[in-house]
Amino acid sequence: MRRAQIRPAIPERSEDPRVEVALTVNGQPVRRTVSVRMLLSDFLRHELGLTGTHVGCEHGVCGCCTVHIGGKAGRSCLTLAVQANGFEVRTIEDVAGEDGILHPIQQAFKECHALQCGFCTPGMVMNILSRFQEPEPLDLSEDGIRDMLSGNLCRCTGYINIIAAVRRAAELLGRE
Amino acid sequence: MKPPLFAYRAPTTLDEAIKFMAGNADAMVLAGGQSLMPAMNFRLANPSMLVDIQHVEGLTGITIESGRIVIKAMTRHRELELNADVRRANPLIAETMAHVAHIPIRNRGTVVGSLCHADPSAEMPLMFVLLDGMLVAKGSNGTRHIPAQQFFQSFLTTARKQDEIVVEAHLPVLPSGAGWAFDEVTRRHGDYALVGVGCVLELEDGRAKGVRLAACGIADRPIRLGAAESALNGTTLASGDLDAAVWTTADAVTQTDDMNTSASFRRRVLGTLIRRLVHTAALRAQNRSRP
Amino acid sequence: MSTRTFGARIERNIDPKLLRGEGAFVDDIPLTNVLHVAFLRSPMARARIAKLDVTAAKNYPGVAAIYTCDDIGPLDMPMPLLIPHPSMKNPKTQGPLARGDVHYVGQTIAMVVAVDRYTAEDAAALIEVEFEPLPVEMDLEKALQDGAPLVHPDVPNNLAAHFVQVSGDPDGAFARAEHITRIQIQVDRSTAAPMECRAVAARWDAVSGELTVWDGTQAPISVRGGLASIFQLDEDKVRVIAPDVGGGFGQKVLLFYPDELLVPMAAIQLGRPVKYIEDRRENFIGSSQERTQIHVIELAAMRTGEVIGLRDSFLHDTGAFIPYGIAVAQVASTSIAGPYRIPNIWVEFKAVYTPTVQVTPYRGCGRPQACFATERAMDQLAEDLGIDRFEIRHRNFIGESEFPYPREGLLFADGLKVTLDSGQYSKALGMAIASLGGSQFLAEQEKARGEGKYLGLGLACYVEGTGLGPYEGGHIRIHPITGKVYVNTGLSTQGQGHDTVFAQIVADQLGVSPEEVIVVEGDTKAFDWGVATFASRAAVVSGNAIHKAAITVRRKVLEAAANMLEIDIGQVELHDSAAWIKGSNRFVPLAAIATASNPLRYAFNEAAQAATQFAPASKHDGPPLGEGQSPGIEATEYYSPSQSTWAYGVHAAVVEVDPQLCTVKIRKYVCVHDCGNMINPMIVEGQVMGGIAQGIGGALYEHLDYQPDGNLSNASLMDFLVPYATEIPPVSVLHLETPSPLNPLGVKGVGEAGCIAVGAVVASGVEDALRPLGPVKVRQVPLTPRMISEALEKIGH
Repeated sequence: MRRAQIRPAIPERSEDPRVEVALTVNGQPVRRTVSVRMLLSDFLRHELGLTGTHVGCEHGVCGCCTVHIGGKAGRSCLTLAVQANGFEVRTIEDVAGEDGILHPIQQAFKECHALQCGFCTPGMVMNILSRFQEPEPLDLSEDGIRDMLSGNLCRCTGYINIIAAVRRAAELLGRE
Repeated sequence: MKPPLFAYRAPTTLDEAIKFMAGNADAMVLAGGQSLMPAMNFRLANPSMLVDIQHVEGLTGITIESGRIVIKAMTRHRELELNADVRRANPLIAETMAHVAHIPIRNRGTVVGSLCHADPSAEMPLMFVLLDGMLVAKGSNGTRHIPAQQFFQSFLTTARKQDEIVVEAHLPVLPSGAGWAFDEVTRRHGDYALVGVGCVLELEDGRAKGVRLAACGIADRPIRLGAAESALNGTTLASGDLDAAVWTTADAVTQTDDMNTSASFRRRVLGTLIRRLVHTAALRAQNRSRP
Repeated sequence: MSTRTFGARIERNIDPKLLRGEGAFVDDIPLTNVLHVAFLRSPMARARIAKLDVTAAKNYPGVAAIYTCDDIGPLDMPMPLLIPHPSMKNPKTQGPLARGDVHYVGQTIAMVVAVDRYTAEDAAALIEVEFEPLPVEMDLEKALQDGAPLVHPDVPNNLAAHFVQVSGDPDGAFARAEHITRIQIQVDRSTAAPMECRAVAARWDAVSGELTVWDGTQAPISVRGGLASIFQLDEDKVRVIAPDVGGGFGQKVLLFYPDELLVPMAAIQLGRPVKYIEDRRENFIGSSQERTQIHVIELAAMRTGEVIGLRDSFLHDTGAFIPYGIAVAQVASTSIAGPYRIPNIWVEFKAVYTPTVQVTPYRGCGRPQACFATERAMDQLAEDLGIDRFEIRHRNFIGESEFPYPREGLLFADGLKVTLDSGQYSKALGMAIASLGGSQFLAEQEKARGEGKYLGLGLACYVEGTGLGPYEGGHIRIHPITGKVYVNTGLSTQGQGHDTVFAQIVADQLGVSPEEVIVVEGDTKAFDWGVATFASRAAVVSGNAIHKAAITVRRKVLEAAANMLEIDIGQVELHDSAAWIKGSNRFVPLAAIATASNPLRYAFNEAAQAATQFAPASKHDGPPLGEGQSPGIEATEYYSPSQSTWAYGVHAAVVEVDPQLCTVKIRKYVCVHDCGNMINPMIVEGQVMGGIAQGIGGALYEHLDYQPDGNLSNASLMDFLVPYATEIPPVSVLHLETPSPLNPLGVKGVGEAGCIAVGAVVASGVEDALRPLGPVKVRQVPLTPRMISEALEKIGH
């Protein structure tokens, strides 16, 4: 567009039917009106600006979009925003302390070089955190940790350091 | 990969939900969404309406009554998997469920949803066919009890009518003293089974009885290996007996070949799994045998 | 050179940000009123577009514009051929939007720009398009035959390029050989599958005439140059930023993808920012793939096992277009002799067009295929001659005293003769074997067999030409007032930890801690001389450039400090972010030195006062800035390598095969690698382990399943099997550090090291495991259960 050109008129939004979505995100009540088909992943990222949750596949295989829904790890790409109505949702932005101090799981990742590009990392952390929050005892054997991590793809690290980070996180959190 | 447009309904009563399903030929039930949403994101599924049943009263919870484990429509995989009473009543369930996708999927996906999706390589349909589970469907014409073997008709096709919602599914408590085993061959951990086999049996005076054997991934729906069961009942499960049982499954593999698998591969694996799992189930059965 | 942080396992500076979810990937960049792009992509591999009607789509509510090839003006032409080479007769590249014909499933036909991606996809589905299908040939060998359906009507036999390279006298060697081993191998197609798909966003400022493009690319400077030229804008009006990028692995070094041109074009035309966020399905059918090669390789040997000649003829699948030239095939050709002497080589390739996604480098760039061919052949030769597999390698390795070892007649991807510069190949092999238990493994294997278990030991060796030119630059500035150290270079990171590795290089020279060094790269506004991140070159090329700049800055700091401390320069040392008089407590902080180096008129804070004209330290005789002096403490230097520096490694593994279930499990994997001096061993290991995981993917899981009609049947992560943690075994990485003699830091590249040998290792291990059952040969990867089942059936098991 040259300077003298008149900018074309383009609508702001689609004509999708809209629904009201009311939920709690990272402890804060949120009420928005969005397209009925908006995915929770897009809702968090673009409606709320919480871009820490990433989108890798939109078919539930890679785990990059993992958040906590009702206190449990779940794929935000396989959840409609409207399905999360009334729920508590927690994202990666809520994991570190107020002052930015890393949570022990995050600290363990840093110590063990368990991330490279960082794209899969929020989903990994949310998955591990959810598992650590279950009352079920943790299986921290080589196979047990691999099992815990299966469902989160990483293309950079080859997983070895992530396995070490889970063990280190358990240590930091006093879990066996 | 964004879903196409649909009308969205979130009924709070079962009657409302059934009305929506009855009134829209292309309406689909949304429960956990772990099978439906990928299909919609790929635009392979294009329902005109989604009926979200998560707010419908009376669809949550797990109960055990009269030898039956009752699983409601919104019971998530992980709830069933971790339920201590269920583990005691039927340890095959938790063992099988550990193979269902991955924990975050099991946190959201529902057992009933997996049954209604009816993927022939899925573990839940196999488990229900193996154990003669029952599905309870409610629609505009009332309630139906559909035995698992009748429920699964073909690839992604079940006996559920458009206006019906499966509200609960039943599995038996295992007989005291029964042995159980489940295993599958997948490419990656958590993938759909290339071949999956489940086995339950009891031992009396060292001889097998009440043998149950079923497989997934070998046909367009899970298959009860009735002939193999007959070949094993009453035997000591010696290797000759196992050979005879495996021999009866020769024609059970009807799934077509693909890049990863061929019919002869599936037959080899099916036979191997049958042998190994019957063995495992028998070991477990001995541990719980009657005095 | 101080080695205080160079060589240390320092945690990365960038991690806290990424761990908190504060990364800034392209789709995270906030853009007001941004429009979203979706593409209509071809569902057919070869077809004529008979009808294309966008009317319904254009009228769909929320659509801003629809573009076909008729709507993009001067962009409607083949996109650049990046690396010309005489072996290509009539090289073909695609236009941004198909005109007339489509050449692969996934090719872009029309672009939809709309208010959101959901709407854009709706509209794309409303575009009416009809095709006249054309015949398709997917088989490489058949595609070359007369009469085969042509991908391009004016390229006979689908032959994109034909190239032969000769080193020494291979005919003579084969004539006098006492034994010739000949095998055919195949590596199947895979894709990088980075966790972040590709993404481009553009904003046009009509008032300033500036185009800003955020692109998840490995080559921001090269993209900038291309955009400026294509859009006829001055280069300084075009800014390309590669922000945080979620993995590249080569796929993101290609330019241009259609969206990289079309998105800026739309932004300019529509007066609003535009972005395209590729989804996973599109990544499978639109972004580059690689790996398919069929080699017929022959080793000419003496009965002692000495390989005196090698002949390799291979077919290379280049997909429907060849924008990156013959690079992948050329790298495979020049790596074919691996770490072995083999003084006589004849290597030929034919690059063949197939109606599939175009082939450009994916981590390894042809080396995995070459390694697979050579190592399978070496195993077979060992078996033919009755020589131990390890022994035959030792007998053929280039010895330490033989470096530099040239291969006359072989030109590497940089256009320079292949010359292996340094290494300890035999030592590496010894370390690998020892790590797996050495001769004890045979006893273990025997015992396992007694229990009905089949264990095997696999091994493979490789070399890796790294650190190619043309050059990279490094700019360092110590900021006045704050004393912060800023480092810039022209290439960018996709997770390799440049922010920390480059900081370590600088920290040592300047006496600061790496956490205080701020590395800004990937932004043409910050630094715009350079090439890109590819071919394992960042540490070598940018690292050395930054090192040179750091040395210059160090000298300036020492001179300024000597002046300020009124002492001889030899008495000054740098540590703890200050300049100290040796053996005393007198020091001046770097911040003060930097401040003093920039004479000010206006003090904007207390620290700045020290640099103003009436402050005590300021000069009062002569100009504040001396003749030939520059303000501030900064330097820019460049490094241009004289040739590639060759890293290498030996991989070995214990695998277990279950013949009843046809499964392969890797029990233990060891990698001995040598990338010269290591700047940060933790980051090096991370690179190696990541590469090994991709290698395991290529060995056992990852195969793009193209159907005979050209359709890709597994275009999703559900069916294209990228390994999870459960598929990756315990991996042991052992280091050898043979410094490169070719650059001041003594470093070699390591980015691709992990993935090169894995296929060969697994194949070697599986053959070893199944040997008691019969002669099973593994000559193709990825190795699937079906292939194992068929191999067992063949030997009657």
